[in-house]
Amino acid sequence: MLAELLQYLLSGLTIGAIYALAGLGFSIIYNASHVINFAQGEFIMIGGMASATLTASGVPLPLAILIGCGGAMLVGVAVAKFAVERARKASTVTLIIITIGASIFLRGVAELVWGKDFKRLDAFSGETPIQLFGASLQPQSLWVMGCAGVLIVAIGLFFNKTLTGKAMLATSHNRLAAQLVGIDVKRVVLASFALSAALGAVGGAVVAPITFSYTEMGIMLGLKGFTAAVLGGLGHGPGAVAGGLIVGVAEALGAGYLSSAYKDAVAFVIILAVLLFMPNGLFGKRGTERV
Amino acid sequence: MNRILHGRLTGLAVLGAIIAVLPVFLTNNFHLDVAILAGFNAVVCVGLNLLIGYAGQISLGHAGFFGIGAYASGVLVGVYGWPPVAALLAGAAFVGVLAFVVAKPILRLKGHYLAMATLGIGIIVSIVLRTESGLTGGPDGMMVEPFKIFGVELYGEKAWYWVVGVLLFGVVWLSLNLIDSPMGRALRAVHGSEVAAEVVGVDTARFKVMVFVLSAVFASVAGSLFAHYAGLITPAKADFFKSIELVTMVVFGGMASTFGAVVGAVVLTLLPQALTVFQDYQQIVLGAILMATMVFMPKGLLPTLAGLLPSRRRA
Amino acid sequence: MNMLTSHEPSSDAAPTARRPGPPLLRVEHLSREFGGVLAIGDLSFTVAAGDIHSIIGPNGAGKTTLFNLVTGVYKPSGGRVLFDGADVSGQAPYRLAARGMSRTFQNLQIFFNMTALENVMVGRHLHLDTRLLPALFRFPSLVRRDSEARDRAAQLMTEVGLSRYIGADADSMPYGALKRLEIARALASQPKLLLLDEPAAGLNATESREIDEVIKTVAASGVTVILVEHDMKMVMGISDHITALNHGRKLAEGTPAEVAANPDVIAAYLGAAP
Repeated sequence: MLAELLQYLLSGLTIGAIYALAGLGFSIIYNASHVINFAQGEFIMIGGMASATLTASGVPLPLAILIGCGGAMLVGVAVAKFAVERARKASTVTLIIITIGASIFLRGVAELVWGKDFKRLDAFSGETPIQLFGASLQPQSLWVMGCAGVLIVAIGLFFNKTLTGKAMLATSHNRLAAQLVGIDVKRVVLASFALSAALGAVGGAVVAPITFSYTEMGIMLGLKGFTAAVLGGLGHGPGAVAGGLIVGVAEALGAGYLSSAYKDAVAFVIILAVLLFMPNGLFGKRGTERV
Repeated sequence: MNRILHGRLTGLAVLGAIIAVLPVFLTNNFHLDVAILAGFNAVVCVGLNLLIGYAGQISLGHAGFFGIGAYASGVLVGVYGWPPVAALLAGAAFVGVLAFVVAKPILRLKGHYLAMATLGIGIIVSIVLRTESGLTGGPDGMMVEPFKIFGVELYGEKAWYWVVGVLLFGVVWLSLNLIDSPMGRALRAVHGSEVAAEVVGVDTARFKVMVFVLSAVFASVAGSLFAHYAGLITPAKADFFKSIELVTMVVFGGMASTFGAVVGAVVLTLLPQALTVFQDYQQIVLGAILMATMVFMPKGLLPTLAGLLPSRRRA
Repeated sequence: MNMLTSHEPSSDAAPTARRPGPPLLRVEHLSREFGGVLAIGDLSFTVAAGDIHSIIGPNGAGKTTLFNLVTGVYKPSGGRVLFDGADVSGQAPYRLAARGMSRTFQNLQIFFNMTALENVMVGRHLHLDTRLLPALFRFPSLVRRDSEARDRAAQLMTEVGLSRYIGADADSMPYGALKRLEIARALASQPKLLLLDEPAAGLNATESREIDEVIKTVAASGVTVILVEHDMKMVMGISDHITALNHGRKLAEGTPAEVAANPDVIAAYLGAAP
């Protein structure tokens, strides 16, 4: 019984870590530009596809991940520069459609480059499960959780300890004031896209051995990431991480105890339930409208 | 005062004329088929535009309502032997009640939170349709019986063209009427400034719920008829991408413009057909066009074109 | 007939002879805090029917918060608001509007997605047929009343001096005109009580004087006015009664002369500790 529960928790935390990274990506971009970047899932896909295909053609794994990461960052900056930045004054819906356009575009390019079939990436350190109180843990899960953990801590340090990070935070609190004290707000937006893309791409690479890579892998992962970000309260970094883990674990429990067919619905049922009572997510600020 | 009235009647006349004359140029069934699909999309988009364009409330889940309408007809007629009209009405009633129940709490949300919630509802609907394969046939979809009314079967593209044409004309007429009425102004006021609308007596929550229900019912009716026309429906008709497609049509054509919604639906229904010549590049081109139009024409096609003309009416 | 003075028969009983009118609005021990900071504290005052009652105070005194509390935009943390004899504390703004309250905003709240005339027509919302089916099918009765509302709105715009903007889109109008547009919209609902939040802010001297005239005409027609304004010349010139606030509390009240002579008020305005 307990072993079963532990098993579900472990697999939930594994996928939850990916949702957390994606959710963090949503939040970082939202903070810098108030844009919901529906192409976030495509960054994950790029990371997964690049590392799988590059290693298959003989590139060492760390280098493959690095290349995938760099590629995703370039793509992220391009999306920010050529689409989002130009439409700054557009309405929320318009911006949503722009990023969705970007995601369709990127999937199209990915299909052209990599084809439509599933790509396999070997687990980083073998596939001998680790036995843990009766549950078995894939070593790759450790990689996923470990990498996500390190990245999340690094992001936290970046925003709280470095000047660039603080400048980005300041921009999210008050764009105009940030501009007045000399922060280059445009570069902050570009940096936020690059950072989110890197997070997504690493997530995609480490999760690829578990899920396989294919050009449409980013769709659901992206949407779940959005759910994680909203669940935690848009723009709230730690909230997004918590949201991702909650969604991942709830999904695993739901699939295990209720119905595996409705696994994908769990995240959305949770978010609806939470928004009913907390319209700004779990940790979001409750603002009083100024009139 | 005549400006809106003027725009209303000329617009309707132009639309009616186009619908009436178009079959002359649509020489084969494939062309008619595309026109019919465009018509179905336009019906949904006109309703969705009331919600998004006029009342300013986003929905990323409207395909869910379209899908419920479609499957209500498919299941009730095919499995339970209901008359198609009864199934259509039952589907619309069910969607109306569902939309009413979810609307009140959901429409308190703003911006991206509302986007998230509506997206969630749409996805849940499509997952249910995909999973309950006993009734719905699962991911492969289900066959739907032809539409019959008073024992007469609606058959062939020609007949369907006229049905959809009349439906679209009617929906546009209703939408134009609504916009130019006290309730329509209240809806637009909700978009302009909720607090200002409240202090002159507009119960904003009530009107948001009403327009949400109305647009959902439009989608359901279109879905029901579409199911009978297509003969085969799949959960893809209710999924996230269909929802996005619908919203894109509205925004592409021009928000807060009924005719813009029609134009957006028509153009974006034709576009993939035209893009088939690009074959492997189809998605790339589609994505690029979406981005480019939104970046360079954030107001959408029709308002941008209208803005190029010397200042005249805004339909 | 002057639109500003035209009322539904029921609300036509406004007294012509001034003072002391019966209280129309009574605020009792009202308070509101935001995250532990008291924006309004234990505030009580009464507004007599037919008066022009001004609320003054330095920036941050809580004037706009008070408006938001009275009109239901914010819910009070404590105390009561009585309007026309009924306890209306915490009621939604649209319910208060139906009881005869309307207001303008310090930061413009214009429906920029509509024409100027339509903005004012939204003000007639409570007096029109706002049901769905008559709207969808364009019932003749609805159309008739709607075109009456259109004429009425146009007349109101003329009376606040906006005749040349009747055909304009709201987003094409200058700031000063938008301020008047808000007044016209508020008047269109035929309120018993009109709350004006800095109607002259950002206007030049001539425009201010014109607004001044508009307010006097409105008041003369029997509408009670509560005015928040920094333009002291205007406040002293047209108010029947003044309540001065500082830090969310009542500092002084009385006639313009009394308040102007009050040492606490003078100190607060000069920035000295009261």
